[in-house]
Amino acid sequence: MPRIASAKALESYRKEQKKLRPENQRFLAICAGTGCKAYGSDKVVAAFAEELKKAGLSDEVKIRATGCHGFCERGTLVVFQPEGILYQRVQPDAVPDIVERTIKNGEIIEDHLYDDPSTGEKYKYEKDIPFYKHQNRLILGMNGHIDPCSIDDYIALDGYSALVKAFDIGPDKVLEEVKASTLRGRGGGGFPAGRKWETCRNVASDKRYVICNADEGDPGAFMDRSILEGNPHSVIEGMIIGALTIGSDEGYVYVRHEYPLAVERLGIALQQAREKGFLGENILGTGLNFDIKINRGGGAFVCGESTALMASIEGKVGEPRAKHIHTVVSGLNDKPSNLNNVETWANVPLIVKKGAKWYTSIGTKGSPGTKIFSLVGKVNNTGLVEAPMGMTLRQVIYDVGGGIPGGKEFKAVQTGGPSGGCLPKEKLDLPVDFDTLWEEGSMMGSGGMIVMDERNCMVDVAKYFLGFLKFESCGKCTTCREGVKRLHELVTDVTEGKGTMETLELIQQLCDTVEVGSLCALGQTAVNPVRSTLKLFREEYEAHVKDHKCPAAVCKELITYTIDEEVCTGCLVCGKRCPQDAILGTKKKPHTIVQEKCIKCGICEDVCKYDSVRVA
Amino acid sequence: MSVTFSINGVKVEAATGDNVLDTARTNGFEIPSLCHHEAVSPYGACRLCLVEINKGGRKKITTSCNYEVLDGIDVKTDSPEIHKHRAMVLELILAEAPKSEQVQALAAQYGVKQSRFANAKNDEAQKDRDNCILCGLCTRVCSEIVEVNALTFNGRGDKRGVGSPYLEQPQTCIACGACAWVCPTDCIGFSEEDGVRKVHRWGRELPMAKDENGRPVAPVFQLHHFKKRVGLPDDFFKKAPGSR
Repeated sequence: MPRIASAKALESYRKEQKKLRPENQRFLAICAGTGCKAYGSDKVVAAFAEELKKAGLSDEVKIRATGCHGFCERGTLVVFQPEGILYQRVQPDAVPDIVERTIKNGEIIEDHLYDDPSTGEKYKYEKDIPFYKHQNRLILGMNGHIDPCSIDDYIALDGYSALVKAFDIGPDKVLEEVKASTLRGRGGGGFPAGRKWETCRNVASDKRYVICNADEGDPGAFMDRSILEGNPHSVIEGMIIGALTIGSDEGYVYVRHEYPLAVERLGIALQQAREKGFLGENILGTGLNFDIKINRGGGAFVCGESTALMASIEGKVGEPRAKHIHTVVSGLNDKPSNLNNVETWANVPLIVKKGAKWYTSIGTKGSPGTKIFSLVGKVNNTGLVEAPMGMTLRQVIYDVGGGIPGGKEFKAVQTGGPSGGCLPKEKLDLPVDFDTLWEEGSMMGSGGMIVMDERNCMVDVAKYFLGFLKFESCGKCTTCREGVKRLHELVTDVTEGKGTMETLELIQQLCDTVEVGSLCALGQTAVNPVRSTLKLFREEYEAHVKDHKCPAAVCKELITYTIDEEVCTGCLVCGKRCPQDAILGTKKKPHTIVQEKCIKCGICEDVCKYDSVRVA
Repeated sequence: MSVTFSINGVKVEAATGDNVLDTARTNGFEIPSLCHHEAVSPYGACRLCLVEINKGGRKKITTSCNYEVLDGIDVKTDSPEIHKHRAMVLELILAEAPKSEQVQALAAQYGVKQSRFANAKNDEAQKDRDNCILCGLCTRVCSEIVEVNALTFNGRGDKRGVGSPYLEQPQTCIACGACAWVCPTDCIGFSEEDGVRKVHRWGRELPMAKDENGRPVAPVFQLHHFKKRVGLPDDFFKKAPGSR
């Protein structure tokens, strides 16, 4: 296939591709995102291919191994199109039965349908499931419909039509549109993308760079990964539009080496885009020259910071520099460089295609559009959630997320990853947008959302994030290297019952200096998890300090496991599973725990069927 | 091109590209620092040179060493808040380099006699660091001034260290001693004994070349390097100092 040389040629090519994919075409959209792959979706794909072939249905029913559908909790996900019926938790051995009964005979197998854990209700269609129903999947929606390794799938779904429109209306109009959309950077900062583009464009220079930040590193976050793995062309198209607008001929995607599938699929997508004429010289015959290179990160969290990222692309150690002069003015190789995150770039084609007016009708006034969250932790429906900005935390956690499992009580939600903060149940009705979260001492960050219940200790949570940042700090500046290390030590002291009220005071003071004094945003925001928990869960800190108690029964130094003799049936299970042989007891007699031997691993509590293990 | 701005209400002038810290010091204002030297590029590591900068009505506390001078900015070199942050930074640094007299003296100026972060557990973590505060002056002098790049940082976060590549005897080190001279906590160590120059921390030992009177001048590598850099005649250092 030769390069597509004009917008007209693209439209006729698109027509061909659409013809090859008629709307009534039956196909199976099988999730092959990282989560479902871990469940074994590759085997499910192979099993369907084999069974369909055996049944002689290979032509009638196609298979599309797609990117992440978002509902990771219930993988492997198989959607029957065009009907939109969802089978969840599909195992390879169930495939022959599914082909026989559902595909051949149109029978719905109840066992494979989603059942709501709180109501027990079963759902046939993907769109009706509460997890999907309350979302607005502008960015992720396409994931379920295209094979990320097929540029033709993307083109058939009007891919690269925003690029054609951008060429049509010209860079000035594109910039106007992006500015009017008030699209804000999805990487965490929330800076208006249009203003960034404009500044970069207006700096006099013979060279400008367009860069995509895919160094997603927040623990538990996988939004950007899933976009790159599921729909890489949306990011590429956004970047080409950016290059056209800003005046750049060279782009980079800085992606973590730990995302091998994203690197692979992005590499395939770039190659296809080059072959088709969307990258390289004279793109679509317009005279625009632009190409994108992949730069793989070496695993440093700090390289998600713009100046460190650019230093890393230059081949230097990934350490930040002071940003008194912004990277849009002098960035990569001291040239104006426009860096946006994966999700931001993926928003661009939508804005260009449908216009700023449409875009600003979604979300809130200050934060238009949608945001993808990785909803994880103590919540029923873990996965990727794309919600319009302004949705409340309660809606995200309960309506989409299905609430807290095991009848436990919601305690807090941590937003914004290691730079964010924890919000308690009193804040559940807050709308999720950049400014609200910021005002509450947390932040949007790149969209991590970790739900915690009564058995999560907030001091322990702060310790976890501080430990993460202590390890990930580049170590260049004193306040971050030494300050975060000392904060971690102090908070560890609290979790071990060695803290005093002076410790809490010192934590406060040190937080102030680390925030003000650190060189880059990593250090400046590193205090958020400890500061927000100290403010909103102060009584929990004080319980550790004053009473030497961990109310959530997490901090090992402060808790004891005992067996309730009234309840214990003497079943011997805990004793057999105890790695320390710390449980004494004979059959049908109540057991006891030898405290000197107990390492507080909690296995006895987990395995006891009669709920007889007490921890306090 | 010159730039005019004010420091503590006093009007000062500087050249475009100058930094606030050097300009302030040239004009007689005191700002503490441990990682800055005017001969090398600013680095922003120690965080002691924090000042308050008011730019177009927006105030922020930031380091002055890597802040380029701008027309019309208002710099305050001290305030109770700045003082508070510097004292805390000094407490952190004092815990890193408890035996450094320089750090002790500077900390005392800010009322810090003892660091609340120093305890037995921390001393253990600190023991290989030996008063080093990772200011990066040695690495910058070595690469920017001496131009031999014998030193580099290694590791990250609290595991960060400084030394030669692979922590082996640095092969490009000419034992000039510039690193030891510039070190703010004297934690590198430099000596000349029996015609041998030693830079202790890096384990570099080089015999010294002698002049015509048999007096040791400097290590051969250093002399070669200097001759090449400055373009001196080959026998320049063979002559006694008076007859060069």
